Amino acid sequence: MCTVCGCGEGESRIEDENLEHSHAHQQHAHSHNANHDHNHDHDHDHDHNHDHSHGHHHYGHGAAGAHAPGLSQSRMVQIEQDILGKNDQYARHNRQHLSDLGIFTLNLVSSPGSGKTTLLTRTLNDLKSQLELSVIEGDQETSHDAQRIRQTGVKAIQINTGKGCHLDAHQIGHAIDSLQPPKGSVLFIENVGNLVCPAAFDLGEAHKVAILSVTEGEDKPVKYPDMFAAADLLLINKIDLLPYVQFDVDQCIEYARRIKPGLQVLQVSATSGAGMDNWYDWIKASRQARLIGHPAIG
Amino acid sequence: MHEMSLCEGIIQILEEQAKTQNFQRVKTVWLEIGALAGVEISALEFSYDVISRGTIADSSVLKIIHLAATAECAGCKQTVNIDQRYLPCPNCGDYQLQITGGEQMRIKELEVE
Repeated sequence: MCTVCGCGEGESRIEDENLEHSHAHQQHAHSHNANHDHNHDHDHDHDHNHDHSHGHHHYGHGAAGAHAPGLSQSRMVQIEQDILGKNDQYARHNRQHLSDLGIFTLNLVSSPGSGKTTLLTRTLNDLKSQLELSVIEGDQETSHDAQRIRQTGVKAIQINTGKGCHLDAHQIGHAIDSLQPPKGSVLFIENVGNLVCPAAFDLGEAHKVAILSVTEGEDKPVKYPDMFAAADLLLINKIDLLPYVQFDVDQCIEYARRIKPGLQVLQVSATSGAGMDNWYDWIKASRQARLIGHPAIG
Repeated sequence: MHEMSLCEGIIQILEEQAKTQNFQRVKTVWLEIGALAGVEISALEFSYDVISRGTIADSSVLKIIHLAATAECAGCKQTVNIDQRYLPCPNCGDYQLQITGGEQMRIKELEVE
């Protein structure tokens, strides 16, 4: 069991760390007795025009206000808690820890097949002589990507999310503990290829970087707006293929800025190397800006 | 698909609350979900049924309070309600909207015993 947070949760596995999941939640479906008669009446029994925020109080608090007075000990409890509060708490902890060590962290998000791993391996090869680098790789299964990364000589750790569709801040906290990225380094987190779910989960990174390739549609930003709203930089990848595909770059950028006004966009090709220097300049400049006055940086 | 993880988060919060607020069973859970929270309500309800079984929230009812999304428009300087991120300002047609609300996902209150 985890000594930091007491977890034993989830189906995820981090390389070299056997995070056995003994979490009760995983088993509920199996122990379920089919006689459960869920009476899920989703017709609300009170008017849900909730621009006012206190629509439920007519039940009152405590036993006296229960639905069936005398028969039930029901009471109302106001908790007002964010569902992602737990994740956000881990994310804050990660962010603080990374910031204390002057580690500049980027969370790379995209659909599967956008060329994320190719872009990352080229980036690592081109930057490894200038910056200390490490990588956390997220995939549902296999450690293929971590192996590809390690061939560049850069330290990498693989998280397999199992059935999970995204990385969460808790997994990242464990991965950071195992990986031990050096002070003042750059840490890349390659998220699970998925343009939906990773948008909602803060990992404690400095920036989310969305990658979209020209072999996808230029309307991806409006089809999957949450991810583009969460990103601080958009890389349009595989621009060497533009002569062969129908992809309107200007339209794509216009769509992306509908979702996030002012979003910075760089056009790159991880295969030909076109535009990659701009991406490296962005990494270095953003890192410098983030670390102004930080003792870890000489 | 992350609705499954969200439900695990909900149950975790309920179990913690059960200890601090002294209750044994959750009968109803009211969730506030913003229009831009990225949550598919039907998937959330389905996941909740599965995840809540065998927990203190077994057989409990999930009630969703939908919250509208709001944005400030850089074009007309108005605060407007929007349904989707990619839509223009309903007032002036500009796309320069700064989202100011509607991304919430919160457990508001519980009926417990």
